[in-house]
Amino acid sequence: MAQSLSTQAQSPETEAKQWHSICPVTMIAPNTGVNALVDTEQVAIFRVGETDEVYAVSNFDPFSQAFVMSRGIVGDRQGVLKVAAPIYKQNFNLKTGECLDDATVKLTAYPARVVDGQVQISA
Amino acid sequence: MPNRKQNLVVVGNGMVGHRLLELMVEKGATDRWNLITFCEEPRVAYDRVSLSRYFMDMTAADLTLVEPGFYQANGIQIYMHDRVVEIDRERQLVRSANGVEVAYDRLVLATGSYPFVPPIKGNDAAGTFVYRTIEDLDAIKAYAQQSKVGVVVGGGLLGLECANALKNLGLETHVVEFAPRLMPVQIDDAGGSMLKGKIEELGVKVHTSKVTTEIVSENGKLARMEFADKTSLSTDMIVFSAGIRPRDELARQCGLEMGDRGGIMIDESCQTSDPQVYAIGECALYQGRIFGLVAPGYQMAEVASDHLLEVATAQSFAGADMSTKLKLLGVDVASFGDNFAKTPGSKELAVGDAVAGTYKKLVVSADGKLLLGGILVGDASAYGTLLQLMQNQMPLPENPLSLLVPATAGAAPSMSVDSLPDTAQICSCNNVTKGQICAAIQDDNLTDMPTLKKCTKAGTGCGGCVPLVKDLLQSELKKAGVEVKNHLCEHFAYSRQELYHLLRVGQIKSFDELLAQHGKGHGCEICKPAVGSMLASSWNDHVLNTPHIGLQDTNDAFLANIQKDGTYSVIPRVPGGEITPEKLIVLGQVAQEFDLYTKITGAQRVDLFGARVDQLPLIWRRLVDAGFESGHAYGKALRTVKSCVGSTWCRFGVQDSTSLAIEVELRYRGLRSPHKLKSAVSGCTRECAEAQGKDFGIIATENGWNLYVCGNGGMKPQHAVLLATDIDKETLIKYIDRFLVFYIRTADRLERTSTWFNKLEGGLDYLKQVIIEDSLGIAEELEAQMQYHVDTYQCEWQTTIENPEKMQRFRHFVNADAADPSLCYVQERGQKRPATAAERATLATVQ
Repeated sequence: MAQSLSTQAQSPETEAKQWHSICPVTMIAPNTGVNALVDTEQVAIFRVGETDEVYAVSNFDPFSQAFVMSRGIVGDRQGVLKVAAPIYKQNFNLKTGECLDDATVKLTAYPARVVDGQVQISA
Repeated sequence: MPNRKQNLVVVGNGMVGHRLLELMVEKGATDRWNLITFCEEPRVAYDRVSLSRYFMDMTAADLTLVEPGFYQANGIQIYMHDRVVEIDRERQLVRSANGVEVAYDRLVLATGSYPFVPPIKGNDAAGTFVYRTIEDLDAIKAYAQQSKVGVVVGGGLLGLECANALKNLGLETHVVEFAPRLMPVQIDDAGGSMLKGKIEELGVKVHTSKVTTEIVSENGKLARMEFADKTSLSTDMIVFSAGIRPRDELARQCGLEMGDRGGIMIDESCQTSDPQVYAIGECALYQGRIFGLVAPGYQMAEVASDHLLEVATAQSFAGADMSTKLKLLGVDVASFGDNFAKTPGSKELAVGDAVAGTYKKLVVSADGKLLLGGILVGDASAYGTLLQLMQNQMPLPENPLSLLVPATAGAAPSMSVDSLPDTAQICSCNNVTKGQICAAIQDDNLTDMPTLKKCTKAGTGCGGCVPLVKDLLQSELKKAGVEVKNHLCEHFAYSRQELYHLLRVGQIKSFDELLAQHGKGHGCEICKPAVGSMLASSWNDHVLNTPHIGLQDTNDAFLANIQKDGTYSVIPRVPGGEITPEKLIVLGQVAQEFDLYTKITGAQRVDLFGARVDQLPLIWRRLVDAGFESGHAYGKALRTVKSCVGSTWCRFGVQDSTSLAIEVELRYRGLRSPHKLKSAVSGCTRECAEAQGKDFGIIATENGWNLYVCGNGGMKPQHAVLLATDIDKETLIKYIDRFLVFYIRTADRLERTSTWFNKLEGGLDYLKQVIIEDSLGIAEELEAQMQYHVDTYQCEWQTTIENPEKMQRFRHFVNADAADPSLCYVQERGQKRPATAAERATLATVQ
């Protein structure tokens, strides 16, 4: 893990967190997800198109209670980028983690970026 | 009106409380009112009427009644998992269990009801439950795992729902009813005994006229129930469903006027004795009556919202129609109007059919001209029509019995929706008239049921009126000359059939290309797999190739079937169900080595469960080396061609069904289609392979083969139709080629051949013309497309394990070699299975 990377404070609550390098962005096929181990958390990372646009949410699917979110299909609803849970197909906002089908459910969303071709997650 | 916004506090977020908030928003209240609500349960309002489906096909999320983001979008403050414990009417304040204090200008009590538990000695023993919330159901489900026998106390509507739930959990189920018959409020003795017979046929034991005197536990476990007639019944668990009581403790605490036997007294505006406070739903008492159905609750919400907003045309509540239609344990039961013929001079006509297991009764006016009420058991298909006849006071036919026995010659033709007046109430749950539905269809150009239901709310309560609403929609669309829209999803304004055509004509080879030319946005979980399937059936490119991988549902993406815990099951192809001992041994060895739960499927194959993503390639390396190939059990694709042993061994067989089945399976293996495809070949008319329940089935005759198509097992079994008789093998293959590609090109997404066939205009004759007589002149093209598929077939697993780039995806973590640490198993009958939530909790504490 890249401990020494400078952490630009994005918002107060990310201040104490640090960026973890995960993998080259090319390891994520366009419009798919991968699951990463970040400390002890399972984090689902999605890549939109053949770009450096990446998003990260918790890999835990609250509906099936299984760690499978990274295997969902990426898409959009009315322009809102989302991922559909692979087991029972509920949709989650990729940027915020909010469940679009149940306002009471939300996945943790993690800041994600690509630096020098490496995907990084702040956690 | 004061300048500041007023506070409306709604106590309770059940079906009726939520409905009130929806109505307030709909009626434009949010610019003058702050809407605030308390929800005691851990989740927002859900469909309690369909609660038993939580054990069958619906999750908590499916049951929700709240549009995603509804509360946030409309600025409604909701206090979750918190309940109001005190009302201070003098200071107009409510206080919650969590210590929240909210001032109100108006207060609505929508606190609902609680299940009544009869005062029987031992009624609080471990193993006793009630049936009201999702949490209750979770508790029942967890306890049922260690139980064999379950008893429901109460044979009313909810009790029977509950019995169904216990039965679905695999328990030996009993219903104990105090009254002499089931559903004593809705149906009479004759109907009750018919219902009892039907339900007992389904394996649920019904005990009527039983007064429970004691519930006895032994060694801390529930043991039995004892009855006043000195009999007893052994059981492991008991669910009380003996009626409801209003949740009126708050009203009592703050001194509102109450009924003698509970319930918050309301007037026709739904106001309580304090005009600032309203009560609606099952906690409210109107003219000495509690209304324990959702429809009257919704009516009260309507009335209260009108009144709160001072709508000039405010409706008033004047009691409610308690008509209901239900499917209890698969048995239709309906009761409407004056079901017990209490109107002076009214007459009853009844038809009981012990053979069909149906009982139908009509109550008609003294002059026999008007329908006043009725009871239907076993077949409630006439309910919608009868209810309309009654509510609109339409004249009855001369012989009203003809309404009950429509098959009789000379019977009155079934009532068409066009003959109903505009004022006819179609949906009684949400009080929606024919006029309102027609206006919505015409003014908002609605063309599909989901939108129509959403806009008008018709059909969203008990669902009993859905067929009528559908008829209305179709009739209105036909009148308007509108073609029914069939768009795949918001990203493509085309039906699947149209898109398939565009894809082939334009030689489009990827989703991005199709989206750029004919769609918009990024796609979604509906269009992506559908297009993935079209691309595969047209060009037969490997589904894991880079441009296609993101289109696949997880099953296709990992070439295995995902299970509830996120692991997969593996099913290698066993063509025709024929397998050598050597291969069987390999399957056993692989299962042993990777500790996989092993089960024989219904389609003559072996299924290996519990494989982790990282194990899938290792398992398949072994299987491919032993000569197995992918069984495509994960895809919407050809599954198996089941066969009997045929003339080779069987003394009755007339043709070699096994060889044909293997040949057919190898020809169509890997073929992707709108839905899964199943087939079978039987060696004689004894039909041991069950070919007439398959998408295409073949039965041997003395002279050749008979080809059946469009049959289906599964959720809605359908008998296949005979397409061709006594044909030789070459013709048979030709017809199947044409049939399959024709289906693949024209069916809707996720549409099985049976449903596709049912919608095919012209039916079997048309299908014969296209497939056999080539009336469209496309037979050659259809055959060529199939031949292309056959020629380009590859075993998806073999290609995958030979390709390092594809193999890279079969890891649980992209940045670590570990397996999923959350998986947890227990042993059952000598094999592993996923631990239940309760077992996980126990295992975690032990560790």
